[in-house]
Amino acid sequence: MKTPTEQFGEFFQRDRTIHPPAYTPGYKTSVLRSHRNALISIPSSLSEVTGPQFSADELGALDNDLILNYAKDGLPVGERILVHGFVRDENGNPVRNALVEVWQANASGRYRHKNDRYIGAIDPNFGGCGRMLTDENGYYFYRTVKPGPYPWRNQINDWRPSHIHYSIQASGFAQRLITQMYFEGDPLIPHCPIVRSIPNEEAIRGLIAQMDRNSFAALDSMAYRFDIVVRGSRATLFENYIQGAK
Amino acid sequence: MSNQISTPVYLKETASQTAGPYVHIGLAPKQAGFDIFENNFGNVLVGPDTKGERIRIEGRVIDGSGAVIKDVLLEIWQANAAGRYNHPADKQEDKPLDPSFRGWGRACSDFDTGVYSFETIKPGSVIGRNGVPMAPHINMWIVARGINIGLSTRIYFSDEAEANAADPVLNSIEWVERRKTLIAQRSEKNGQVVYTFDVYLQSDNETVFFDL
Repeated sequence: MKTPTEQFGEFFQRDRTIHPPAYTPGYKTSVLRSHRNALISIPSSLSEVTGPQFSADELGALDNDLILNYAKDGLPVGERILVHGFVRDENGNPVRNALVEVWQANASGRYRHKNDRYIGAIDPNFGGCGRMLTDENGYYFYRTVKPGPYPWRNQINDWRPSHIHYSIQASGFAQRLITQMYFEGDPLIPHCPIVRSIPNEEAIRGLIAQMDRNSFAALDSMAYRFDIVVRGSRATLFENYIQGAK
Repeated sequence: MSNQISTPVYLKETASQTAGPYVHIGLAPKQAGFDIFENNFGNVLVGPDTKGERIRIEGRVIDGSGAVIKDVLLEIWQANAAGRYNHPADKQEDKPLDPSFRGWGRACSDFDTGVYSFETIKPGSVIGRNGVPMAPHINMWIVARGINIGLSTRIYFSDEAEANAADPVLNSIEWVERRKTLIAQRSEKNGQVVYTFDVYLQSDNETVFFDL
């Protein structure tokens, strides 16, 4: 007999202690944009465990190459880097066919966005966005230039550390996640009010990509490794047990 | 010493961070002001062959001061007209899939007016936990600068009063008054069915957000 739990493959309860709360006054914009009532907890139904599926033919050949996907009459300025890693769920299983979308500032800390008025220069050869699907091992990679830090309107001398924004859609809509990846060794990380919205040091470390010398492209690009974990479900937990059963 | 083989070891979910003010670059580059991808994800969920009643979902997202937010990104996920999700986990074999309906869309609030919209169809009723049917609804996810972790809510329909009254999720909201924040109001504008769904991030009228 199937229990409702098996039927729907419900997600593990989200561990909210590793996420930033809604209200984090050090990050001023959160003050008026944070809910005051408690979230209403509901167990998974089909509405939560299902989600949009994407196929490779929806993406272009250069969508994961930020060095070439907006190059006009030359290459973008900046340190050339490869970024790669695995998307897994909380059970440690690879998440296949997840849609990973990334966006970032250029090497001088300027975004190609009509609302960004920072004095840093626009790079005519850099768009600053890319996207890809994870493969059968949950692996993803893209090529870009390292984004620059930039000042922003919070406290007068708040600067964002270099970062790349990530959006991940795995299998279920309740796994939807947006986050930011930082770079190992950046002295701005511990001062950033957005980083500090996360109350958990270990969770912050999980957002810092490590330099990966074994994956450097010789005389071409440095490399950074960034693994992502999305919520696990009881359905994939059972899969695990079956696979591991002797 | 513990038995290492049978001790469950779970990874921790990656922490959320705000989508920031420039979320459009990555998720809706045309709105950011440039053209880069051949195929863009957008707010039109229907094609000419999609089955179901055409509807428009329209609204604004409002902050704690009453100001309309103009840099929000919203996504919706819904079942087809028969009440089935286009996903392998949906085993409601008695309901047809609609090959011309994925059920997912992405929209941004307008930089000038703050209005967002989706062109879609009204979903059918989906079976809920323990076999209890859920009233027709659309799942919505909201991110923006100042929102540290994406907000999940549901859109129900004002012309489904009977189904709404029996919906297990609406009924799980202890405060009856707050359930109204999830009901989109139906109207007709120029012959088109429009459901208005405004989201209040923080106020006496605060929208119900779920911890899924």
